[in-house]
Amino acid sequence: MELQAVLMAAGGGSRMTDLTYNSPKPMLPVGNKPLMWYPLNLLERVGFEEVIVITTKEVQKMMSTDPKMKLDVKMKLDWVCIQEDGDMGTADALRHIQQKIKTDILVVSCDLITDVALHEVVDLFRAHNATLAMLMSKAHEFTETVPGQKGKKKTGNQRDFVGVDQSGKRLLFMANEADLEDGLSIRKSIMRKHPRMHIKTGLVDAHLYCLKKAVVDFLTENKSISSIRGELVPYLVRKQFSKTTNSQKNKDDAEDQNQKKNDGSTNHELLISSRDETLLQLAQDRSCWNDHHGDMSEAYHGGKLRCYVHIMDQGLCYRVNTLAAYIEANRLAPKLFEEPAVHPSAVISERCQMGSDSIIGAQCQVADKTSIKRSTIGHSTIIKEKVKVTNSIIMHGVIIEEGCNIQGSVICSNAVISRGADLKYCLVGNGQRIEPESEANTHPYIHKHTHILYIYVYIYIYI
Amino acid sequence: MADSGVTDGPNKKDEIERVKSEGKDLTKEEKQRLRKEKKQQKKNKEKKDDKASQESEKEKKSATSAAPASQPPTQLPAQKAPSAVPAPAPVPVPASEAPAPADKPAKSKAELKAERRARQEAERASKQGKKGEVGQQAPQGKSKAPPSELQPVVKRLPEHIQVDNPDVLKKLAKKLERQQTPGYNAATKIPLRSDYGYKVSLFSHLHQYSRKAPLTQQLSIPSTVIHPAIVQLGLQYSQGIVAGSNARSVALLHAFKQVIRDYTTPPNEELSRDLVNKLKPYISFLNQCRPLSASMGNAIKYIKKEISNIPSQCKEEEAKSKLLNCIDCYINEKIVLAAKAIAKYSIEKISDGDVILVYGCSSLVNHILCEAFEKSRKFRVIVVDSRPRLEGREALRRLVQRGISCTYVLISAVSYILPEVSKVFLGAHALLANGYVMSRVGTSQIALVAKAFNVPVLVCCETYKFCDRVQTDSFVSNELDDPDDLIVTRKGKTQLEDWHQVDSLGLLNLVYDVTPPDFVDLVITDLGMIPCTSVPVVLRVKNVDQ
Repeated sequence: MELQAVLMAAGGGSRMTDLTYNSPKPMLPVGNKPLMWYPLNLLERVGFEEVIVITTKEVQKMMSTDPKMKLDVKMKLDWVCIQEDGDMGTADALRHIQQKIKTDILVVSCDLITDVALHEVVDLFRAHNATLAMLMSKAHEFTETVPGQKGKKKTGNQRDFVGVDQSGKRLLFMANEADLEDGLSIRKSIMRKHPRMHIKTGLVDAHLYCLKKAVVDFLTENKSISSIRGELVPYLVRKQFSKTTNSQKNKDDAEDQNQKKNDGSTNHELLISSRDETLLQLAQDRSCWNDHHGDMSEAYHGGKLRCYVHIMDQGLCYRVNTLAAYIEANRLAPKLFEEPAVHPSAVISERCQMGSDSIIGAQCQVADKTSIKRSTIGHSTIIKEKVKVTNSIIMHGVIIEEGCNIQGSVICSNAVISRGADLKYCLVGNGQRIEPESEANTHPYIHKHTHILYIYVYIYIYI
Repeated sequence: MADSGVTDGPNKKDEIERVKSEGKDLTKEEKQRLRKEKKQQKKNKEKKDDKASQESEKEKKSATSAAPASQPPTQLPAQKAPSAVPAPAPVPVPASEAPAPADKPAKSKAELKAERRARQEAERASKQGKKGEVGQQAPQGKSKAPPSELQPVVKRLPEHIQVDNPDVLKKLAKKLERQQTPGYNAATKIPLRSDYGYKVSLFSHLHQYSRKAPLTQQLSIPSTVIHPAIVQLGLQYSQGIVAGSNARSVALLHAFKQVIRDYTTPPNEELSRDLVNKLKPYISFLNQCRPLSASMGNAIKYIKKEISNIPSQCKEEEAKSKLLNCIDCYINEKIVLAAKAIAKYSIEKISDGDVILVYGCSSLVNHILCEAFEKSRKFRVIVVDSRPRLEGREALRRLVQRGISCTYVLISAVSYILPEVSKVFLGAHALLANGYVMSRVGTSQIALVAKAFNVPVLVCCETYKFCDRVQTDSFVSNELDDPDDLIVTRKGKTQLEDWHQVDSLGLLNLVYDVTPPDFVDLVITDLGMIPCTSVPVVLRVKNVDQ
């Protein structure tokens, strides 16, 4: 077997607590399917037959009882439950399942919605015998207005600096702005080997990684690493240019020597050589290929540890970890699957105006004289007469009574919007009830613990 | 498979072959007819015993006349006519009855010709079904075949040089389908890689693939149909990461070692037969990624032979370790030790003060030069390079790293630099049975110019690259690389960006060419230094050994 797929679905959704306080993030409906369905569908489409799913007990219960999911996902899912307290990072989770891992792994996050041709990432991993291959995408601007958001959009605090070589495939440098206090510093050894480096900031990390089995073994030895993205990937990228991994003998500067002492002990596990190392070396020696030209070193500069990245410029790639991303994903995710926009079991009266870009879930009831445009309606929702729904996301089991006008809002499951309510850019929590004839014009956010009308009014300033 | 087809030889040779086969056909048909007649005669025994005896005499005559027809190799139609005449005579019983001998051939000739034609068509159809022969030969000769199809001279052409024939492509697609291991559904067959871009008409019979459309696009990602080591190898071939005859063979054998290690014999099967069947789809896959080289073909033949020679009572573990050992020995003998032997012979040919010209990046030539340098010969090297591969840069790097003083020119400057050169060392991709050297495109140019300047040309080649094929031109069998490699961007402008839109423009990126033996002065192999024309002798000796 070549690759084992691991789906990380235990994340808490810390950046969109408004949506996730009641239902776990992997089960949030996007286009009327649970969020977790999208990466599973991606894996199924490319031909995986088995996936190890790391998640909480709650999610497992919800997924196994949902009859629709059983029909949709034909792969064999190996559920691994971990505690919900949130102390376990992604790398800790990998350490937890170390016994199950027999070959190289493909780690996917549950909030990834993409239509990438996965073979591009895996081909980099195979062809160059890489230790790490990951997927990144050019970030798209979110154009939809987000309900309930206060203040200006956060701009630069969480930028990632990614350095790639001239071909755009080899990953040379990766750091988050938060870790760079004094400024960006690049080691001389990197500059000597790759004099031309492109540093990109507008990239979204898709959290899709191909890792060699040796890395998982390395993680079991080094218990200090707890997050793949935050710690493991930058570590591997740095290790590519560490002195002990290279066979070249260059003059070190003092900094490198210190680094060497620190890193030396942990290096050997990552470089477990295959059984026929001599043959591979012979083939490489006899081959007339080199990945760079202009200096006197051999292919890959003799380095055995290599990290590659595939940067998508076209196509969908979203990580649904913020409210804005969630709304954007709801708009675009339906393009990924060819199900009819209106579920056959939905009862829609004839005098209803429905736009072609709306989705109606199963067992909905939509009454006369309603108008639904650019919206997603979840299953078992009841919409009464004379309701106007525009640009909104309505989850399951919602009851919207007559004469309501809902615009640009997100209404969570089992909420009740009473007669004549007028909501613009609001976010209604789970099981909430909006009083009749209420008007919420700017961006109220209705939290669960406010029993009746405790409306926080935030004035959204466009900058 | 790629190597075994007999391609264009001298015309006479093929005529002789054809006549012989047709002569055999005729006698076979004769024999069949005789058998049928004997059956008929047994039925009509009580009626005409005399006629039977008469016919048997005539059959003997016709048999004897047909036999000499097959022997002399020339005068094809002339031979056919007399053999055709006595042949109809014994056939149908009623026809040979009453009329005079003069009338007999006239009447029966017409009838029997028609009958014979029908029979021959039936036999031809059955033969075609079995052998899959493309070229058809009307046994009655070219002169008597107005309604029949065009008759190419060659008997059988390999598939990889018949890309413009849709029937052959269909056959290939079916073959790939059939080659999946049993137990998998049709969706997991080996994908067929599609051609890319406009092909220059002279080379439209060859495949032309694009590097941006790898075969892995059509495979499932955790590859279950094809062993992951083979998928990795195929990717490395198609992207050019493993390039060069020796490197490709070593990588192939390395991948086969992994396949053998992971192999388990299914129940009720024998390792010697099942493993060979398992390897077939892998080889087709690798062929789709990049056409197999002659050295790879020979390595595959060797492995298949070794696998089939495993005795059936051998246990699986033993058999596997034996095979792994064989592979290691093969690599050691044919590549590593051969390189040492060739270096030893070549050093005798390199004298102090030499200026040696090399072309492209041949692993063997680089090895020789490095060894010679270590043995303290004083020489300098001129590296000639050509677009689009620019492999000379890699050769230059390796030589300069050792301390050899080098000059670098492009192939357009070869006639400028040649007056300085004292010897030319060339590497080879394969040595063909008629003494021609198949090597990177541009080699024949260098050999030609060197000949014009009276500079000795030495070709270095291991014996495992010798191949049974015969070729006199570079058109029949070659490899077309990705045409987009020829596109270059200078100062931000890419002139050929939209070459697809221009209907009359085709980009041709050839990989190999053949050099005639007249331009090559010496071939240095691990068996010694031989002239180019001794290659068939070496092949014969090798076959006898095996």
